[in-house]
Amino acid sequence: MNFRPARPLAHLIRVALAFAVVLAASVSCTRARAQDWFKTETSSGVSNIRIAVADFKAVSVGDPQTIPLKRTFDTTLFNDLANAGIFDVVSKSMLPQATPGAPGEINLAQWSVAPANAAMVAFGAFGASGGRLTVSGFLFDAKNAQFPQVLAKQYSEDANEGMARQIAHRFADEIIFRLGGGVPGIAETKIYYVKMSGGNKEIWAMDYDGANQHQITHLGTVSLSPRVSPDNSRIAFSSLGRDGFQIRMYSLLLNRMVNFPSAGGGTNLSPAWSPNGRDIAYSSSRTGDPEIWIADSNGGGGHRVTSFRGPDVSPVFNPKTGSQIAWISGRTNLPQLYIMDADGSGVMRMTDGGYATSPSWSPNGQFIAFAWNRKYGPGAPGGQDIYVMEVATKRWIQVTHDIGRCDFPSWSPDGRHIVFANTPGGRASSTRIVSMLSDGTGRRTLTEAGADMPNWSWK
Amino acid sequence: MNVSHARYRRALAMVAVAAALSAVTGCHKKEKAVNPASLGPAPVTAAAPTATLSADPLTVDLGQSVVLNWRTQNATTVTIDGIGEVPANGTQTVSPSSSTNFHLTAKGDGGTTEANVRVTVRVPTAPTAPSDSGDMGSEAAFHQNVQDIFFDYDSYDLRPDAQSSAKTAAAYLNAHSAIKLVIGGYCDDRGSAEYNLALGENRANSAKTALVNAGVAASRIRVISYGKEKQFCTEENESCWQQNRRAQFSMDR
Repeated sequence: MNFRPARPLAHLIRVALAFAVVLAASVSCTRARAQDWFKTETSSGVSNIRIAVADFKAVSVGDPQTIPLKRTFDTTLFNDLANAGIFDVVSKSMLPQATPGAPGEINLAQWSVAPANAAMVAFGAFGASGGRLTVSGFLFDAKNAQFPQVLAKQYSEDANEGMARQIAHRFADEIIFRLGGGVPGIAETKIYYVKMSGGNKEIWAMDYDGANQHQITHLGTVSLSPRVSPDNSRIAFSSLGRDGFQIRMYSLLLNRMVNFPSAGGGTNLSPAWSPNGRDIAYSSSRTGDPEIWIADSNGGGGHRVTSFRGPDVSPVFNPKTGSQIAWISGRTNLPQLYIMDADGSGVMRMTDGGYATSPSWSPNGQFIAFAWNRKYGPGAPGGQDIYVMEVATKRWIQVTHDIGRCDFPSWSPDGRHIVFANTPGGRASSTRIVSMLSDGTGRRTLTEAGADMPNWSWK
Repeated sequence: MNVSHARYRRALAMVAVAAALSAVTGCHKKEKAVNPASLGPAPVTAAAPTATLSADPLTVDLGQSVVLNWRTQNATTVTIDGIGEVPANGTQTVSPSSSTNFHLTAKGDGGTTEANVRVTVRVPTAPTAPSDSGDMGSEAAFHQNVQDIFFDYDSYDLRPDAQSSAKTAAAYLNAHSAIKLVIGGYCDDRGSAEYNLALGENRANSAKTALVNAGVAASRIRVISYGKEKQFCTEENESCWQQNRRAQFSMDR
């Protein structure tokens, strides 16, 4: 008897459910339409090399430093190879139990069969004794039983955390160079950036993977747009002083500010190095209107290359040729991406609308990454994302999606990665630095909130 | 077993039909019962308006700004003395030249409510001026006559209202030739930092050009772009963005 009322109730629930399903379907429909983007794989059709990274064998275990330093080394090497973008790194849980330390100790058959199925194996021995680290690293071709050795390296450095990481980076770069088509790895590169502290902004530096974050400038003002020279000897940036923003220069060799006279007045900002390190392009408003100027790297011989009413900023040289400049111009109201020859001729507009800023030219000269809000306007929907455009065809793809505002992309020297500033919370204070592969995959957050304007070193 | 099941099912169906019927007729009945004519005039239940008014900070030095913030409910017209009619809720930045009682009146169907806040302005005691510095005028007079110029979104062209305030400013500056001034160019916090610095430079230079065209010597004017690095108002709304999109004048000492 008492299950009688259950029937209409069940029916009601069923109707409600059906309604909910319809609702959900309509919602997901609009979602699908809003998400009209696609993903291209730079490596589509080619599978990445499957590599197994063994934990190194601890030798001289008596030294208490060995175990913690080896952990740092193993983790760093694994991450470097996993982040390289050209490997399919075997998950640690699928690796054989063995930790071979020398060529004689490895049984390749163990590594080439399931579940590891590795094509390549990186392994070696790691020891600390008497304050020195001794590391021997090997790369073996797991499918070549007769002559498996691809690489053998030996390192000897002071025993500390930094050196353990450094050796891992060097060994990883050797492997990447050997297996990645002869393109040098980026594990030893640096990223320079702006860190907010109170109302001030200082220039900071870190390793490519976010480790070793440290302060460079102590100017107690707002410093922006750090750009490291191609030889890693100096950082050009702009800094707020009594006369507004001016180009400043910091020597990484002398560890102090060096002179960069910007005679002529006006606001001077957004410096960019030519690939030979001799010239600096920047935006200067000494004529009363911000234009692109080029001076030599000591601030002399400045000459103007653009002349059009409206803001002209954020120049960047084509790093392959040094003979072209991409920059942002507001000559037709909203800022657009342009390119020209370094003498100011051959101006070509690259974007067809929206709000485009912050270009970064890829090391091979083929692409420009930039920040673009394609539906910009007061009250308009749409966000600012990172886009990559092929210079020759002006075809572009969007590489960040739905992660909040993105700005200031900067290519890694191998052209496989892009680092950028991401503002997930909308508030400027939530801005942090994120790196990704240049197709938008493999995204990793490198800093806490409060970091902005990253610039990847040239080597 | 089967029979009883069927019987149950039939009984269930009947119950369901009955329930559905009763639901339909029930609805019908209710609709009929509510006769608006029989209700008579609705009792006047308009709630009295509520109003709060706050200022941040409560004490400033002369020339600094205060953000007024007000919230009202049930009000049809809201006015603030000296500002005029304002939206029901809002914020406004003011730079009072002396200590001021801001008085808000919220009028609604339920009556009138008032709210007050006092902003104290610390006026520096006038320094014993050397005889020729009468030309400089006072800081207060400067800000009264040389008012900030506001810009449209992504624009550095002077609007008509800015043209007239630039004329007023130029007249004052021409009458006080000892004054040197700094024009700061500011942008709202949307868009990109480097581009906004260039845009702020264009804004400050537009203001400078207007003054120079009205006879103020260019050598008296210094221009600094702050882009979006020194935000004046940090809320994400148009009134706040508008306050940030400006060329700000201050005396250069």
